[in-house]
Amino acid sequence: MGDLAKEFVTTYNYWVYIILMMIGLYAVMVKNNLVKKIIGMNIVQTAIILFFISIGAKRGATIPIIAHGHNGGEHAVHAADYINPLPHVLMLTAIVVAVATLGVALSLAIKIYQEYGTLEEDDIRTQTREE
Amino acid sequence: MNWQIEFIILTMVIILGIGAITVKDLLGAGILFGAYSFMMCLLWAIMGAVDVAFTEASVGAGVSTVFFISAVFRTTRGTKD
Repeated sequence: MGDLAKEFVTTYNYWVYIILMMIGLYAVMVKNNLVKKIIGMNIVQTAIILFFISIGAKRGATIPIIAHGHNGGEHAVHAADYINPLPHVLMLTAIVVAVATLGVALSLAIKIYQEYGTLEEDDIRTQTREE
Repeated sequence: MNWQIEFIILTMVIILGIGAITVKDLLGAGILFGAYSFMMCLLWAIMGAVDVAFTEASVGAGVSTVFFISAVFRTTRGTKD
């Protein structure tokens, strides 16, 4: 039991990643309001970023900036002392892409509201069926 | 490291994520999503990804919340679910 609890605590990031992914997918598929769907899409994106940052994290390591960097060639740099910065750089672009898709999606929702007068998906579907 | 703070913040992230998609007010949903993004920002500062943390603080918690609030004020605040 102690081993199981320790395993759960050390992999808690990945459990939270799975739960957030499922919350986001549920919101995108089931929710009726368009803004709620967009919030669900953003939750999926942040869940994926959480997964990648969890991959790069190390126990007992510091942030990836080399101390005494001016004459860094004179002493060895141990990679185990620094957190892996490659997933950080990848996820930096993912955040920017997330806010760009958020802007486009919200502007499309505003245009849909101006056209149909509602943000509910079933109302929009009945209106398009009547036309 | 300081896994207690990480544990609390990860639990708050789940609670705020569920709250953001269940509250019956789109302005409240936008504010809760901003709080969710800020909790993510704190989580990344704890996990050592400081560049991701300040980008998330400015872009995720700042600009996204402004986008949601302006979109809610241009459309409607009520929702059915």
